[in-house]
Amino acid sequence: MYPPRFHYEAPSSLDEALQLLSMYQGEAKVLSGGMSLIPLMKLRFATPSAVIDVNNVPGLEYLSEESGQLRIGALTRNRDIIRSEVVRARYPLMASTAPQIADPLVRGRSTLVGSLCHCDPQGDWGAVMLAMNGEVVAASTSGRRRIAVGDLLLGPFQTSLRSDELAVEATVPAPAGEPFGVYYKLERKVGDFATVGVAVHLDRSGSSVTTAGIALTGVGGTNIKCPAAEQVLERGGVNDHTIEEAAGLAAEAGKPQTDHRGSAEYKRHLVRTFVSRALLTSIGREPIDIRQRRHENVRVLV
Amino acid sequence: MEVKQITVTVNGEARIVEVEPRTLCVHMIREVIGLTGTHLGCDTTSCGACTVLLDGVPVKSCTLFGVQTDGHEITTVEGLGWPSELHPVQEGFKEEHGLQCGFCTPGMMLTAAALLEENPDPSELDIRWAISGNLCRCTGYQNIINAVQWAARKMAATEAAVSA
Repeated sequence: MYPPRFHYEAPSSLDEALQLLSMYQGEAKVLSGGMSLIPLMKLRFATPSAVIDVNNVPGLEYLSEESGQLRIGALTRNRDIIRSEVVRARYPLMASTAPQIADPLVRGRSTLVGSLCHCDPQGDWGAVMLAMNGEVVAASTSGRRRIAVGDLLLGPFQTSLRSDELAVEATVPAPAGEPFGVYYKLERKVGDFATVGVAVHLDRSGSSVTTAGIALTGVGGTNIKCPAAEQVLERGGVNDHTIEEAAGLAAEAGKPQTDHRGSAEYKRHLVRTFVSRALLTSIGREPIDIRQRRHENVRVLV
Repeated sequence: MEVKQITVTVNGEARIVEVEPRTLCVHMIREVIGLTGTHLGCDTTSCGACTVLLDGVPVKSCTLFGVQTDGHEITTVEGLGWPSELHPVQEGFKEEHGLQCGFCTPGMMLTAAALLEENPDPSELDIRWAISGNLCRCTGYQNIINAVQWAARKMAATEAAVSA
């Protein structure tokens, strides 16, 4: 399958990339990992007149914790996130999610920032960033601004990025206390989109929950954050009562549709099950599910 | 028609190639460079038959534009070994009957070679995980795993012989 013809630009600096984006006035698409864009172009769902390949732009590939946040560069691949020591040690939700995205070969190219910009309702990183109150740094020739991921994801494949803006970085707040996080995803096979995905993030101090994050994948036009469920946990901590209430509120927050992956009712049930399973795990009650255990046994995740 | 001239190192040999920007890497390899060991399977980023190593990292070449390889290094199955000097992974596939129809084999072997490069003693689970983006429609996975384990043993034995 061939995409229609397009102009190919491969800027070698960020300034050049931003100038090109501005020049093309919305007619260009940014190519980073390309794991969503290229298939879309091959299917001719996306027909940009120009492609701006940012893979040669230096200084966009990093993963570092500094001044209270984790910074993820636009060219940091999912493969690098899986292999990151700091992610493994301090960002359990991200460490749980990354190996569940697509397959090892796709993860060698695909990027977290690209996934957010692509804004597929079934993208996994959207839910994770919503749960962790992540932000995206957007750069243009007129400067930079920070966009909360909640304000970035507008609808299916629609973000609040302007056409002259390049997302250069995503950030998440560093945990202040003891972090907990897990991403539960039901997929039909390796590399499939989620039937349902649930991201749960907790920042804890002793037995109290200082920050709770719950967000969903595959049950609406975008990833969905569940503030009502989060508040239950922040007020009451994690116990049988709050788990049931939070799981119920999260299930209500989803707006699933019946499709070939399952009925709306089934998906709502999955949200409830995954939220309660995650929260039980956080207090050491539910053994980590088989899939998670499998990850731990794998020495080199590719 | 816009044509770009790129320089790409293929199996250790620098080549100057002219491609349209929309030409996929897999087509560039097969039709422009003429190396047909890289197979095009699903053409939808699922099956991994088109796997090549890009700077040592396995990627699906149906989901990469040829122009993106400018200045980079590609290894295809032709670069893995020679008939007279097979790569241990190739030997393993031969010894353990790691293929039936053979269509997925080039991709499987490149993914396996990259795995062994990084993890010389993989468990069965490591191998299953590593090849989870490469599909074998003959479902010959067990022998593929045996083949990769065979290669790991062979490489370890060679290593031991060299250092002895």
